[in-house]
Amino acid sequence: MAGSGEARTALPPSLAANPRLGDWLRVLPGGVVEVRSGKVELGQGVLTALAQVAAEELDVDVARVRMFAAVTGISPDEGTTAGSLSIQHSGAALRVACAEARAIYLGVAAGRWDMPVGALTVQDGTIAAQDGRTTSYWELADDRLLDRPATGLAEPKAVPDYRIVGTSVPRVDLPDKLAPRPRFVHDMALDGMLYGRVIRPPSRGATLLDVRAEPAMGAARRRDRRARREFPWRDHRTGGGGAARRRPAARGREVAGRARNCPMRTICRPSSPPRPPRPASWPNPPLPPVRRRRRPRASHEATYHRPYLAHAAMGPSTATALASTAPVSTAPASTALASTASAGDEAGVRLEVWTHSQGVYPLRRELARALKLTEDQVRVRHVEGAGCYGHNAADDAAMDAALLALAVPGRPVQVVWSRADELGWEPYGPAAVVRVAADVDARGDVLSWQHEIWGNGHVTRPGFGRSIGLLAASHRDGGEPIEPAAEPPLERGGGAGRNAVPGYAFPAYRVMNHRLSVMPLRTSSLRSLGGFVNVFAIESFMDELAAAAGRDPVEYRLAQLADPRGRAVIEAVVRQSGWADWSPAGSSRSVGHGIGYARYKNSSAYCAVVAEVEAVTEVRVRRLTIAVDGRPGDQPRRCREPGRGRRDPGDQLDAEGTRAFRPLYRDQRHLGQLSDPAVL
Amino acid sequence: MRVTVLVNGRREEVRTERDTALLYVLRNHLGLTGTRFGCGLGLCGACLVLIDDRPAYSCDTPMWAVEDRDVTTVEGLGVSGRPHPAAQAIIDGQAAQCGYCISGVVISAAGLLAVNDAPSEDEVRAALDRNLCRCGAQNRIVRAVLAAASSLRASRDSG
Repeated sequence: MAGSGEARTALPPSLAANPRLGDWLRVLPGGVVEVRSGKVELGQGVLTALAQVAAEELDVDVARVRMFAAVTGISPDEGTTAGSLSIQHSGAALRVACAEARAIYLGVAAGRWDMPVGALTVQDGTIAAQDGRTTSYWELADDRLLDRPATGLAEPKAVPDYRIVGTSVPRVDLPDKLAPRPRFVHDMALDGMLYGRVIRPPSRGATLLDVRAEPAMGAARRRDRRARREFPWRDHRTGGGGAARRRPAARGREVAGRARNCPMRTICRPSSPPRPPRPASWPNPPLPPVRRRRRPRASHEATYHRPYLAHAAMGPSTATALASTAPVSTAPASTALASTASAGDEAGVRLEVWTHSQGVYPLRRELARALKLTEDQVRVRHVEGAGCYGHNAADDAAMDAALLALAVPGRPVQVVWSRADELGWEPYGPAAVVRVAADVDARGDVLSWQHEIWGNGHVTRPGFGRSIGLLAASHRDGGEPIEPAAEPPLERGGGAGRNAVPGYAFPAYRVMNHRLSVMPLRTSSLRSLGGFVNVFAIESFMDELAAAAGRDPVEYRLAQLADPRGRAVIEAVVRQSGWADWSPAGSSRSVGHGIGYARYKNSSAYCAVVAEVEAVTEVRVRRLTIAVDGRPGDQPRRCREPGRGRRDPGDQLDAEGTRAFRPLYRDQRHLGQLSDPAVL
Repeated sequence: MRVTVLVNGRREEVRTERDTALLYVLRNHLGLTGTRFGCGLGLCGACLVLIDDRPAYSCDTPMWAVEDRDVTTVEGLGVSGRPHPAAQAIIDGQAAQCGYCISGVVISAAGLLAVNDAPSEDEVRAALDRNLCRCGAQNRIVRAVLAAASSLRASRDSG
């Protein structure tokens, strides 16, 4: 009955999965809207963008919106913050939820004044009638109003009416980070906190024979049998109590660091023999052999590759955990946790984890599985970490901290991974080889195109596979190894196959992915997954073909690109960069320029780049001109700045010849300010 | 042992070992978490502090080396509750992405501006060469430091 005859907006998937309006926002009497999202701040500025969406639909100033960091049991479950989908998912949900909240509050005001909702206006939360009477969200604030499922009956604003979305507003998280006030997960300092570390074998394939912790731990006290068996750890109290020798504060992390040097004996097993790759192809089923309507004049082929890439975040992976047998009292908003006490197991254990994971709910599910707890016993809270470019070791550090915390109930335990931990055990961006081959006609235009990929998969995030995707779980007695990465379907962006399907209007193409199921290193998702090696291969090969045909690379691309938005970004970047009139400064033979084009995931934003590059003793990018066609809701600055700055880590590392097996930082130094190119 | 060190103008006496890194004392003993642990190898610049007004890596500076020296962390740079002009310019220009590296950047910028309030772009880039930013905010940061320099000059001229 409801909604019959009225326009009903289909609920966005995130809102359909979390339909209660009160899960998305609360109006507080103090003039603040608390907005919750299941997406997390990874340094990309998403909280600010989502605050804009909420402010836009509610007609309040952005400054009134307080973004609430994702917490299990309170925030909507939106899975993982990945794949450049936060605005598409969370933004779309907030848009509809906030529009509906606005309509509900207007309905209350209209009911009071006995006038139609249409006669009311809202400005910065103040609701006004034409006769001059006013009230506000804050006066009417009542959580019960939003304790109902979304209906989709309230129409969100039309894009041309936007006043806030599409403008550049200051990031909500930067003032704290520059003040500086503690905001990073690394800054957490809870009373009685211990520092711990999990000691791991020196490499994959090594099996622990024995470990002697005592020499490295010195006077460190070990608490109980479980801790002694699994983890050497260090008491970090400032002194007093028990038999612990008085120690100055902050010794804990140092000793935890030394624990790495525990005498340890391991054996290395030979790795299992590689299984033959299982090719997947797109289109699926594969096209029949290419129909040659025109006889090819020539055939070309080239191979491109990418090494394994370390995540190399600015800050170490870290987490803090606290196990308790009573309801957690140290943190606010613990009532929901307390109310689920009856769901606990016989020990009534409660586990609270502070993490910079990309997904609090997926992590909670996996922690509960690994630790044999119910999900209700575990609360996972997001706290910001250093910039995150994909699946890093945040989840693994959370598991480490959880294990240690369970060994010492009542004491918070912080785990900070070392660089050796990261480079030895983090999930790497997988290596890949891409071979592209094409037949061309007399003009050099492509008649048929073949793109083949050999490499490991890209997704071993916790919750994405059958095995528990947490490192410590795989190392425990009876733990299952983390299974080889899966290949997500192309409709969901793909993994190794991301951006492998050419965006050009070739008469025929075939894409094959030879997925290697044996991983010499642990691999998972790193910035754009297979996207950048595939785009690099396609665009480099387009240049090869243009050069072989003696044609201009821009003209060559436009001649075979039908998508009008794709053509528009190329035309824009060509105009802006002065492509036609370009000549190297001082007619230097060491300077050249080139163009690249892609549409991310073949379904998202369009981008074209003109790069001016100098190659003498090293390759230096002197200038980039970038054209982006995103969504109408993009902040100009958010769109511009990541576009300017965020060349893929892979691109940077490749240019420097860095290989993942060496410590990255030495090579990364060259990537500092001096070598940063000018960007228009 | 007890080590005495001047941090942000305050005399601090800490009980620690002589070879303990200054960074741990700042973050863990003194609660000054603005200085960040990045690589722990003196390579990324997230842990930079000023020692006697010169930027230095606190992650590989042992306590014995700073005994009775003057250490300034990013918390000590501001004047009367207001952020250092470089920090303010970074906020104004939204010149940070995740913000993890930014304390070290502010320290490098402050060290530069203290001796040169009219740096060229190349001089700014040279002064920030020890700072890594993995998110790619470098160009914004350089522009912000140049803006901070001109605001410093303007306030000096008007003062």
